[in-house]
Formats: sequence, C-alpha cells, structure tokens
Amino acid sequence: MTTVNLPSTLGAEATADSGFLGSVGAWLTTTDHKRIGRLFIGTATLWLLAFVGVGSLLGFERIDSKTLTFNEGMMTQLFAATKTLASFGVMIPLMLGLSLAIAPTQIGSRSVMFARNAMLGFFLWAIGSALVLSSLIANGGPGGGNAQMVDLYLLGLALAIMGLLASAVSVVATVLSARTAGTDLADVPSFSWAALIGSSSLVLTLPVTLGTLIYAAIDHHYTRIAFDGNMGIIKWLGWSMSQPQTFLYVIPAVGILAELAPAVARRAQPLRGGVFVGVGLISVALLGSVTQNVHGLAWTGTLADKAKSFVPYALFNLLPILGVVVVLGLALLALKSDSIKMIAPFVPAFLGGGMILTAMLGNAVQLVSSANLSGTVFEEAVLVYISYGTVLVAWAAIAFWGPALWGRMLPAKAVVGIGALGFVATVFAALPMYIAGFADQQADSIKDFDYSGPASLWNTVSTAGHALFAVCVIAAIVVAVKSFATGERVAGNPWIDGGAQ
Amino acid sequence: MTTAVDRVLPAGPTTAARHPLFIATGSVAAAGTMLMFGMLAVWFKFRDASPLRAGKNGKMIHDWLPADLKIPEVATNTLAITMVIAAIMGQWAVYSATRKDAQHTTLALFITGLIGVAAINAQVAIYKQMEAVLADGAYQTMFYAITGTMLVLICSGVAFSLVAAFRVLGGRVADRAVVTAHALYWYFLTTAFIALWFVVYVQK
Repeated sequence: MTTVNLPSTLGAEATADSGFLGSVGAWLTTTDHKRIGRLFIGTATLWLLAFVGVGSLLGFERIDSKTLTFNEGMMTQLFAATKTLASFGVMIPLMLGLSLAIAPTQIGSRSVMFARNAMLGFFLWAIGSALVLSSLIANGGPGGGNAQMVDLYLLGLALAIMGLLASAVSVVATVLSARTAGTDLADVPSFSWAALIGSSSLVLTLPVTLGTLIYAAIDHHYTRIAFDGNMGIIKWLGWSMSQPQTFLYVIPAVGILAELAPAVARRAQPLRGGVFVGVGLISVALLGSVTQNVHGLAWTGTLADKAKSFVPYALFNLLPILGVVVVLGLALLALKSDSIKMIAPFVPAFLGGGMILTAMLGNAVQLVSSANLSGTVFEEAVLVYISYGTVLVAWAAIAFWGPALWGRMLPAKAVVGIGALGFVATVFAALPMYIAGFADQQADSIKDFDYSGPASLWNTVSTAGHALFAVCVIAAIVVAVKSFATGERVAGNPWIDGGAQ
Repeated sequence: MTTAVDRVLPAGPTTAARHPLFIATGSVAAAGTMLMFGMLAVWFKFRDASPLRAGKNGKMIHDWLPADLKIPEVATNTLAITMVIAAIMGQWAVYSATRKDAQHTTLALFITGLIGVAAINAQVAIYKQMEAVLADGAYQTMFYAITGTMLVLICSGVAFSLVAAFRVLGGRVADRAVVTAHALYWYFLTTAFIALWFVVYVQK
C-alpha cells in the first residue's frame, strides 16, 4: 500500500475563526477531494440508515403472513425503496466516496481531477436521492399511486445518476492522468486500480439506465402507453438495481480487500498483476447488464441449446465470481508470510468480502432455472448480502484510511466488534431468506406465502438481522463521530506503520 | 524484504496531469455513446415488437412508424451532413491550434458552434414538418425522447465550442488541450447522431 498524504491546494478551507456558517459554507463549496469523498460517505450513511430501517419494517410485516400491521399500499413503495436505496443510495456512493477520498492520495495527486465537477456530482446525487426518498414517502416510485410523485421519483433518480456519473468521470480522469511522475498504471495500488475499473464500469452502464429512464419518464408523464406507466418502472429499470449490475458497484470493495491483505502480511502483494486481472474480471458483468436482460441457465433441450444458455450465463455471472475468487486467493497468498501482524480493519474487510462472494454465488444459483428461485425472496437475500457486505468493507476502509482522512483513528476493538456484529447481522438478515427462497416464499410480497416450513421463524430471524445491522450502523456512526472529532491525533497511518494492531 | 513503511512514497513535487481534459472528455463521450446506443437498443426492442404490415412494395414491414407521420428526408439528410461538417470544423480547429494560428482556430471553433446551432434549427424544423404530437402514441413519445436527448447533447457541444472559442480569443492558443477535447466531443456527437439518423430517419 502506498499513500502520499498531500495537502489539497484547492478549495476554501474552514478556518478556526470562520464560525459555524463559514464552516458549513466551506464544506458546501469545497474542492478538496477528501471532503467531497467524506460528504458522499456521510450522506450515504444516512441513506443506509433508511435502507436498514425499511428492511426491518418489511421483515417485521412478513413475520405473520395473515395479518397486516402497516398499510398494504405502503409495501410497494417500501420494496421499491430497498432496491433503489441499496444501489443508488448506499453501494455506489459509498464506494465512489472512498474512491474520491483515497485514490488521489494513493497515486500522488494533490487533488481529484475536475474537483468542481466531482462536487457538482455530489450535489446532484444528494438532491436527486432526497427527491427519490421524498417521492417514495409521498406514494410515488414504481407502482406508486400519485402520478406526480412517480414523475418526481424518475426525475430524482435521473439527477442522482447524473451526479454519480459526474463524480465517476473525475475518478477515471484522476487515476488515468494524475499519477505521480514515473508511475505506470500497472504500478498503482490495488484500491486505485479497483476505483478506476469500478468508476469506468459506472461510466459505461449508468448512461444506459439514464436512457431508459428518459424514455420511462416522458412516457409516464405524457402517455403511459409504451412503458406500462408506474408498473413498468421496475420492469425496465430493475436490472440496474439487481445482479449482475450490482457486482460493478462493489468493485472498489474488492480492491479494498486486496489493499488490506498485504498491509496485514507486511509485505508486497505477490502476483500483483493477478489481483488486477481479478478486479478486471468482475467488470465483465457490465457486458451482461447493459443488455438489460437476465442471462439465466436453462439446462434443457439439445447440446446447442444448453451451450447457448450456458455461455452468456457463465460469462456474465460466473466470470465475476472467478474475479473475486482470484483476488481472495491472492490475498490469502499474501497472508502466507512470517511477518503477519493482524490489523483491526482487515476483520470487517475479510468478512464483508465473504458476504459479497456469498451474494455472487447465490446469484449464480438463483439464475439456474431448474432451481426455481427466480421471483422468490432468494433474490432479495442476494441484494442484502451484497449491500451489507459492501457496508462492512466500507467500514474497514473508513477505519484503515481514517488517519489519512481525519488525522485521527478509530479504536481497534470498536472496528473489530462492529465488523463482527455486522457480519452476524448480515447472515441473520439474509441466510433465512435464502432458505425461504427454496421454500418458495415470493419476493415483493408480505402476505399469503404459506409454505411447508417455519415461515414465521425465517422472517423473524431475518427481521432481527436487519435490526441488529441497524444497531451496528448507529454504533459505527457514534464511534466514528466521537473518534474522528475528539480522538487522539495521529501522524501517518498507525495501521501500517506498526502503531496499532 | 520490502516493508509497508518502505513503500510509503515521500511527498513529491506537484504532478503535471497528463491530458486530463482529453481523458475526461473521452469518458463523457463513452458515457454519451452508451446513453444513445442504449436508447437505440430500446428503440429496436419496441420496433421489433410492433406488428407486421404490408409496405408500399408489398414487402412485410414492422408497423412502427405511424402511417400519418412522414419523415422529412431532405431536412434529416441535411442535418446528418451538417453534423459531419461540424466534426471536420472541430478537427480544423485542432490543425490550426497545433500551428498556433489563433485566427483560424477561433474561426473554426465559432463555425463549429454555428453549425451546431444550425443542427438545432434543423431538428426543430423536422419537428415542425412532422407535426407529431408527443402524447399520440408510443412511437411519438420515444421519437421525442431520443431526438430530444440528442438535441440536448448538441446544445452542450455548442456551449463547448463557445467556451473553447472564447479561451482562444483570450489568447490561450497554446493551450491545445481544450481544442483537442472539443474535437473529440464533436466526433462523438457526429457518430451518435449518424447512428440515430440511420435507425430513426433512414430505417424508420
């Protein structure tokens, strides 16, 4: 891991005597890449709370499939909220925020390229995602009853996507053009490479979502003929909120794991090129997702039929798994060292990486047609695994690079404790839904899913998992705010300099 | 053995970024290409799903373009040629900037912008001649969505041309980065428009 901690030369910095308003103004007009990244991370954490809260509510409502606690009409909005928030509120902005904050520092750049563009991206995303959430609350969104609020949802989502695209372009331009003199692209740290690949994937896939969104928005506002009105939104845009597209959103998370393993092993990553290839393999998913089709495996018919089904399935769903396995394998190879010194951030990173791999494997199983898992809660569980896993890795990254971003560090026990508890919560929230999926519990449904098996138990455990994850998120916020605001100041990065374990 | 501490780079001198504007414009062009081609893909999907009917020569064609709508071919073909000329003007600006010829660079950039305005005018003329009502059906909705998106992109190209032209007018003729990125952007606009022209206006 290489870091260069350079002061930003751009942007208005808050000074001690600038007061509260001056400080807020400085934050809102900043062009400091670390601040822009922190704004993304902080706002995404708020949406994460909303996402976990909605997950808990839905789980609670499903405990008893016969009686309804909440208004049934709300449920469509809640299901839409989980999908939208997971992708556009949590996974992409968290990873993009970390990329903006860390990648320039790693490659020796004083700032992110086109910092004002990145900041504009933050504003567009923040305003857009707030509009999305507001519209969902006001009976808008996919399947919403209020036509104006459905329009607002589409507008908000378009703004959010444009914002994420703008910031992603800044990350791509930074890694490609602002590396320190003499540093080839092959020499950049694993995380910067993953940030480049992840951001490039966003640049290539989000516009496709945006194009469909423009069609859907105009159609919904004027005719509601071609795109099935409010009911067609998820049908046409759902691919951007499900697998394999979400694999692209978490590419930087895999890069974080690849970055931490050599830091633990206290040696250079063996076969570094292999890590880069592994990260690149995950991005193959973009070829599948931009076709806006599900590439399942139907093992029927002639050999030619089987091959026709298997090739796209393997290419778009199995190859990304191979990419993660390669990175994990090489991370373990790096750990085969005599100089290992475990550091706290590695624990949530490793556990989160495991959750992401579990999600990818689950997706591969779900797409086998003979498994009959499509349309069941198994699909929802995949999204929970990948989004919660990403949050765990992001927690690890915040802890690991905290000293570089805030000049203070998180307590090791809190990092490990919250990471481990978050892992347990993720398993509780998602694993029962994997099982319930096999029992044919329908997705996006809160009632009438009687099946042979303890339906109530699975849904109770899942609800408890979501609630526990909410506790973890709140605990992480409290610990982070306290430590980064008033904790002991540190120089350098004690996690790799040997000052912390 | 190299330790992590050894591998921490010392703070170096300020790095001179290598072609950041060109790379960023390339990224935007890639995003714009995906946007337009993604929209064309959805267009194909709808066109292929439309029922078949007998065409003028008896050949079965998809009943996608409503019978009462006529594509004004003169205007659309002129628009396509206009876009190609805009790209050539953009490249002329690069040629002139390479030779530090401020006069011709400025002229080329202003002409590119002017051609962009002409393209916008031509598109508006197509709307007028077609008299398609947006709320009349799926074709009309999608037609306005895809051509409207292209129109917005052309507007951004005109803005780019004006910014680049005023920079050169301001004496920054040695700064070739903007002019080169500008040309790249117009190449993208021309490519995207030609694809749209072929699918929407020629193939119908």
